[in-house]
Amino acid sequence: MTKTITIDGNAIPFEDGQTIMDAATAAGVYIPHLCHHPEYTPHGSCKLCTVRVNGRVCSACTFPAAEGQDVLNNTKDLNDDRQKITQMLFVEGNHFCPSCEKTGNCQLQAVAYYLNMLDDHFPHFYAHREMDASHHDVLIDHNRCIFCTLCVRASQQKDGKDVFAISGRGINKHLIVNSKSGQLKDTDLEASDQAAHICPTGAILIKRTGYTVPIGERIYDHKQIDEVSLASEAEDHG
Amino acid sequence: MAKIRIATTSLAGCFGCHMSFLDLDERLVALADLVEFDRSPITDIEHCTNCDIGLIEGGVCNSENVHTLREFRKNCKILVAVGACAINGGLPAMRNFIPLEECLSEAYLDGIGVENPQIPSDPELPLLLDKVRPIHEVVKIDYFLPGCPPSADVFWAFLTDLLEGREPSLSYELVHYD
Amino acid sequence: MQQFIQNLAEKNQHQVTHLLEILREIQARYHHIPADAIEQLALLLKIPRTQIISVVEFYSFFTDSPRGQYELLISDSITDHMLGKKNLMEYIVSKLKVGVGGVRSDGLVSLDNTSCSGMCDQGPAGLVNGHALTHLDRSRIDTIAELINQQIPLADWPAEFFQVDDNIHKPGLLLSQGIVHGQALKKAMARGLKATLQEIDQSGLRGRGGAGFKTAMKWQFCSEEAENERYVVCNADEGEPGTFKDRVLLNSYAHQVFEGMTLCAAIIGAKQGFLYLRGEYLHLVDKLQSVLDERRQFGLLGNNILDRLDFDIEIRLGAGAYICGEESALIESLEGKAGIPRNRPPYPVSQGYLGKPTVVNNVETFYAAAAIAVNGGDWFASVGTAKSKGSKILSICGDCARPGIYEYPFGTTMQKILTDCGAEDVLGLQIGGPSGTFISNQEFDRKLAFEDLATGGSFIVFNNSRNILDIAHNFTHFFAHESCGFCTPCRVGTSLLRQQLDKIVDGHGSAGDVVALEELCQLVKTHSHCGLGQTAANPVLTTLERYPELYQSQLKLISYEPGFDLDAALETARRMANRDDAGAHLAQTDAE
Repeated sequence: MTKTITIDGNAIPFEDGQTIMDAATAAGVYIPHLCHHPEYTPHGSCKLCTVRVNGRVCSACTFPAAEGQDVLNNTKDLNDDRQKITQMLFVEGNHFCPSCEKTGNCQLQAVAYYLNMLDDHFPHFYAHREMDASHHDVLIDHNRCIFCTLCVRASQQKDGKDVFAISGRGINKHLIVNSKSGQLKDTDLEASDQAAHICPTGAILIKRTGYTVPIGERIYDHKQIDEVSLASEAEDHG
Repeated sequence: MAKIRIATTSLAGCFGCHMSFLDLDERLVALADLVEFDRSPITDIEHCTNCDIGLIEGGVCNSENVHTLREFRKNCKILVAVGACAINGGLPAMRNFIPLEECLSEAYLDGIGVENPQIPSDPELPLLLDKVRPIHEVVKIDYFLPGCPPSADVFWAFLTDLLEGREPSLSYELVHYD
Repeated sequence: MQQFIQNLAEKNQHQVTHLLEILREIQARYHHIPADAIEQLALLLKIPRTQIISVVEFYSFFTDSPRGQYELLISDSITDHMLGKKNLMEYIVSKLKVGVGGVRSDGLVSLDNTSCSGMCDQGPAGLVNGHALTHLDRSRIDTIAELINQQIPLADWPAEFFQVDDNIHKPGLLLSQGIVHGQALKKAMARGLKATLQEIDQSGLRGRGGAGFKTAMKWQFCSEEAENERYVVCNADEGEPGTFKDRVLLNSYAHQVFEGMTLCAAIIGAKQGFLYLRGEYLHLVDKLQSVLDERRQFGLLGNNILDRLDFDIEIRLGAGAYICGEESALIESLEGKAGIPRNRPPYPVSQGYLGKPTVVNNVETFYAAAAIAVNGGDWFASVGTAKSKGSKILSICGDCARPGIYEYPFGTTMQKILTDCGAEDVLGLQIGGPSGTFISNQEFDRKLAFEDLATGGSFIVFNNSRNILDIAHNFTHFFAHESCGFCTPCRVGTSLLRQQLDKIVDGHGSAGDVVALEELCQLVKTHSHCGLGQTAANPVLTTLERYPELYQSQLKLISYEPGFDLDAALETARRMANRDDAGAHLAQTDAE
C-alpha cells in the first residue's frame, strides 16, 4: 500500500524520507518556493512554501511527509501571506526589474507574478548595496540577493568549493565570497560552476549573456512558474 | 450619462507610460466616447479638479512632485500608480544609493565640464528630496498598474473593468515589472 | 599577533568548535578581529575564511573594526531605561567625549548599547571589556572616565563597580533547601537510573526556559536513540530581557546545577556536557571553573564518578546574541557557527551537537532535577497546579521596592507576588520578557502557570508613571536587533514592525496605520522560523489587545501620512541651494 497525504483535499502518495515538497512536486502539485531546489539540501528560509499541516504552519521544503497529514497549500489565505512575504523581499533589496538582465527569467519576479503581486505594499528600505564586477565572467549585484543560499549550497555540494557564504545578522545579512580581498575575482569560482548559474534572482549573473534571449521571449514571459517549476523539478523529486 | 473624467501626470518619470497609453490606438476612439480628460499632456489644463480617476506616472523626486501628487489625491476619487517608477521609484530611484550632496556636487560644482559652478537656487525651482520615493509612500493609492511601461492592454483592461463597474484585475499575461 | 593566534589555536586544539572562544580572546586583546587574524585562523583551523567572517559579523561582541581599549557597553533593557538610562547615556557621551556607537579619537574608549545584560535588579548596568558593571550613576561615570583616561587596568578599578548581588528575597521549595554535593547522584545510583527518571517523570518537571517541554520525556527520548555518543547541554544563555535568575543560580548554586547535568548524563548515557554561558556573564567564569575543579576533586566529575560514570563539563561562552537561547541556535553556536536555528525535525534529542543526540535544558531545570533526585518526584509535585508542578524561580524587576529573586509554587497569583516585592500603583506586568505577555492591572488574579501565565523567569513591573507605547517600542526594537536574519518574515518583518510602530509612536500614524501594524504582527508571528520571530510581535499584540484606544489615540484624523519626514528629506538640497523660503519646505501632511 502506498502511503498518502492529502494536499488541498487530493490524495498525494509519498515515500518515507520525502518532504511535503518532494511528494507534492512528484505528484505535479506546485508549492511556491525560492530557496528550495531539489538537488540541494533544503534550507527553509524564504518561507514561501509555507503550508498548513493539520492546522500547523510548516515549511513544505523541510517538513517530512507522514501519514495522516492534511495539508493546505493553494488557499487564498496562504497565497495572500506568500504575497506579503514576497513583497518583503522586494522592499528589502533593490529590485528594479526594468534595469535587470534577469527580468523574465527571474524566479523572484515569476513567483510575484504567480501571486498576482501588483505593488510592493511596504515602505522601501533602499539599502545601500554594492556590485562586484571584478570577476572576468561572473557578476554579483548585491542589490538583488535574497539570502536563499542556493549559491552557497551549490558551491559546496556540487562544485566542491566554498565560494559563497551568508554573513551578518538580521536585516544586515549579506552575501560574502571566499577570497582575502573579498572580491569575486580572487575566488576560485569559474563561469561553468553550478553556483554561478543557480541564483533565482539577478544577484549572480554570467557576463555577456544577459540579452541573448530578448525580453518577451523569456522563460516566464508566457509560462507561469508553477508549470516551469514542475516540468523541471518533478523528475528530481520522483 | 456623464463622462468619466480622467487626469494624468508624470512625476519623476519619462512619459513612457503616457506613450504606452497612446498605444491604445483605435481603442482611444472608443474610450473617448466614455471619458474626458482633465489635466493631462493633451489638454493643457494646469490643475486637476473633480476627477474620477487620476493616473500617476513616475515616483516622487522633488517638492513639486509632492504638491502635484497631493493635488491629484485631493481631486481624484480613484488614484492609480502607473508603472514601475510610481510603484517603487524605478530607475530614478537608483540615485538613492548616491548621497544627494554628491549628486548635486557632481552635476553643478565639480563635474567635468561644469562652468560657473553653483547650485541653482532660484525659488521657482523645486528642491530635490534626498531619496526618490514611490508614490504610495506619500499619499494613499487605490490601484497599481505595474510595468515599464504597462502595456496598452493593461490600461484597457483596467479602465474597461472600472467603467463597467467590475473590480479591476490583471491576468497573468498583463502583469509585468519590466 | 601571529604568535598569539598560533598559541591560541594550539590551546584550543585547532578545534572549529572553539571558534567563539578563540575569537573572544582575539577581541579582548586587539579590540577587534583583524582581517589578518581571520586569514591565519582559517589556515590553522582548516575552514574557509567565510565561516569565520560570518561568525564575527553575527555576534555583537565581535567587531571587524577596532573598538576602544576600553569597550564600554550600556545595557538597553527597558528596566535600565526605567532607571534613567537615557539621561545617563547622555552624561556618558559628554563625560567620555565619545558618541554612541563611536570610538574616541585617541582610541582609548568606545561606547555602544547592548541588549539586556541581566542586571535588571541592579541597573543601570553595562559591560566594560565584557565585565559586568552594576549600579551605574553619574558619580561612577565620573570615576570611570578618570580611570579610562589614566589607563588604569580593570583589575585595579574599584571592586564595588563590578559587584553583582544575588538579591534573593523569597526562597521557596528549591532555594530554601539545597542538596549536599553528590547527594543526587548517590541517591540516583542507589535507586537506579530508570527509577530516578521515573521520579523525574513523576515530579511533572517541565523545562524552565519557558517552553515547558516535559523534562523526563526529553531525557527518555535522548536515551532511546540508537547513536550512543550523546551530549548534555545546559542553556545559560539567559538573554530574555528581565531575566537574571540563572545568573544567581550559577553564582550561588552551581554545584547543584552541575549535579543536575551529571544526573542527566548518567540517565541518557553522555560523557560530555557543556555549560553555554551568555557572554554577559563573563564575571562568573572563574568561579564556575573552580566549582568544576572542586567537583573533579570530590570525584563528582571526570572519570569514574561514583565508580559508575565518566562525564565532564566544559564551559563555553556566547558572544552577544539573544537567539542563542533557542536550543538549536545554541547548538550551532557551540559548534563554532553563527547562531541560526535549525530546521526541525530532527530535534536536538536525536540530532543535536555534532549531529549527536543532545539534551538541552535550562539552568533551573537541571537545578530542580538534582533536587528531585534527592527528594523524590512526589515531593516536587506536591506543590503547583495540575499541569504545572513544583515551583518557579522568578527574577523580578522594574517598579517595585525589592527587585530580585523570588521562588513561588505554580498557581500563585500575580497579586500575591506584587505584594511581596513591594509594587504599588501598578499599571501592568510583562510576564516572560518581551517574548511573553503584557497584562494589565485588571488581571492580577491570574496565575503563574504554563496554562495561564508562563515565564522563563522574567517578571517586570510597571507603575502608572510608565508609558505602554515606550515599552512596546523598546521591546520591538530589541527583536529587530536580535533577529538572526535567517527567514524572510522575521528578518524583514521585525524591521518593518519597528518602522511601523515608530511611525505611530512618533505621532505620524494615520487612519489605516494600526490595522497595518496588526496585519504585519500576524504575518511575522505566523510565518517566522523560530520562537524569536513567532514572539517578536507579542509586545505590540498583547498591548494592542488591552489598550486599543491608546494606539488609536496616537493616530491623526487624516487618511494618510507619509512614514518618513518630508521636510527633513529636503534638508540637503535646502542647505546646498542656500534656501529657506516657504517653497523650500514641505508640510508633513496635506491637511496642515
